[in-house]
Amino acid sequence: MTDRPPTALLDVEDLEVVLAAGATTGTVLDRISFSVDAGRTTGLIGESGSGKTMTAMALVQLLPAGARTAGHVWWREEDLLGARARRVRQVRGREIAVIFQDPLQALNPTQTVGRQIGEIPRRDGLSRDAVRAKVLELLDRVGIPDPEQRIDAYPHELSGGQRQRVMIAMALAGEPRLIIADEPTTALDVTTQARVLALIAGLREREGTALLLVSHDLRVMANVADDLVVMYAGRVAERGPARAVLDSPRHPYTRALANNVPSVRTRSAIARPLPGAPANPFDRPAGCAFHPRCPLVTDRCRTETPRLRELEPGRFSACHLAEEVTP
Amino acid sequence: MTVLEIRDLRVTYTGRGRRSVRAVDDVSLDVLPGETLALVGESGSGKSTIARCVMGLVRPQAGTITFEGQPLGPVDRRPASAQRGLQMVFQDPGSSLNPRMTVGAIIREAWRTHPAVAPAGDRAEALAAVLADVGLDAGVATRRPSALSGGQQQRVSIARALALAPRLLVCDEAVSALDVSVQSQILRLLVDLRREHELSVLFITHDLAVVRQIADRVAVMRSGELVEQLPADQLFTEPAHPYTRDLLRAAHQLEGAAFDSFDTDTSGEQVS
Repeated sequence: MTDRPPTALLDVEDLEVVLAAGATTGTVLDRISFSVDAGRTTGLIGESGSGKTMTAMALVQLLPAGARTAGHVWWREEDLLGARARRVRQVRGREIAVIFQDPLQALNPTQTVGRQIGEIPRRDGLSRDAVRAKVLELLDRVGIPDPEQRIDAYPHELSGGQRQRVMIAMALAGEPRLIIADEPTTALDVTTQARVLALIAGLREREGTALLLVSHDLRVMANVADDLVVMYAGRVAERGPARAVLDSPRHPYTRALANNVPSVRTRSAIARPLPGAPANPFDRPAGCAFHPRCPLVTDRCRTETPRLRELEPGRFSACHLAEEVTP
Repeated sequence: MTVLEIRDLRVTYTGRGRRSVRAVDDVSLDVLPGETLALVGESGSGKSTIARCVMGLVRPQAGTITFEGQPLGPVDRRPASAQRGLQMVFQDPGSSLNPRMTVGAIIREAWRTHPAVAPAGDRAEALAAVLADVGLDAGVATRRPSALSGGQQQRVSIARALALAPRLLVCDEAVSALDVSVQSQILRLLVDLRREHELSVLFITHDLAVVRQIADRVAVMRSGELVEQLPADQLFTEPAHPYTRDLLRAAHQLEGAAFDSFDTDTSGEQVS
């Protein structure tokens, strides 16, 4: 752990998750390494099957039953991957909060939002009035209009955007140092998405909370991430500062992704689509998992799995030809 | 002649114990030959209800729908030529393809339903040709939808539609559920097929960035009403209606850029 950056709040080192599906097993996460710095937003991006959600869930041990893990999840000098379940539960919801994609499924339909947001303050032994005051303040902070009115509402009485704000308020109630948000705006309309993202970005600035944002949407990432981790078939393809990764990708997959994202600004996204479909970690191609779709493929790519290597300080790529990738 | 003409369409849903909701409120639209008309709006704007009326799956309270000069009723009262001339591609191919049938059987079934357009000669050859048209190998014919990727499944849905030589393709969020690298393949395919088969497309989506890639004209919906209708290029450079401007501004914001060339009203982007 000698080269661990001093500001890293969370340091993921060679994280591996093996799942069984019927008779076959799959290494769904294959030696994932990245770190999340305090006060920064790290984006975990990838398509279906890339392992982005699995990675996020592995950090707080919300994995499917029977999953086998290896590697380290360093959280402030403590390895969460080796920690007891009881200890992980203490960290989760307090030091690390999780916001899920679908608030309607994550919220309890039979309890008022005020009761759910107040759960941690109540467990901290705050008085009834103090809990209520704290919940009202949280509702106000996440931009719910008229908190006095909304505190006693049930989840189904709120709009999708308001429910997601309630989830964020719940996350903030424990005053976490890290928030993991899994596709927090995917289910929302575009005007609501923009507002919820502005809220999340604002939190980081005001509270210094670190954010790990999981998304398939490069547009969202370009907007809010400081650092990017690009995943493909359960491996890290590339990582580095978001601006640098998007402007001058060092992996052909990142480049294709950036060129294929439809934009309201140009009409060029469908000019040269990437062939094929995202690789499945249960049936990962030999060598580089991206090689069947890669325009730069060589014989070496078909047999030898590229390691994630540091090209320049802070920029990593898992491509044999990283130096030859042009924007 | 317009391919599809919608006049004064109105759909009202009555909720239990609640007042009724006008899902579609006096909407008139035309789809011209060979064009892609994008119907955009947020959830609840009524765009999918219009698609369902066009397909005859929802019966409007008022208004008319005319397809190539022929007035259209509910789907079971439509002449076979109108039924096959109008084909739909749904958002989720996984649930709109019969999981028990092979891809080949799915397409042959379409031909059995509409013998008028079934290939006269060797069906195996015709099947391979339809699959090739959507970029699939002939070998896919023996597989079931569950053995295919999301992108391949959506290609099968498009092949099933194309097998009936349609005049108008209605795509309801047809690429929304796909991974981005696959989404651009399917958009590319739709653009190519439209040209090769002289199709008109009614493309329903919530995503303005996708609209920019493929639409000729755009109709913007909000709460059941048609807000404005304009050429796609114009929507992205000089949207007229304040609501269209709000939508476009939000889309630009999501891409991390301020779009201020027409910035007169910023009320829509305040937090809360």
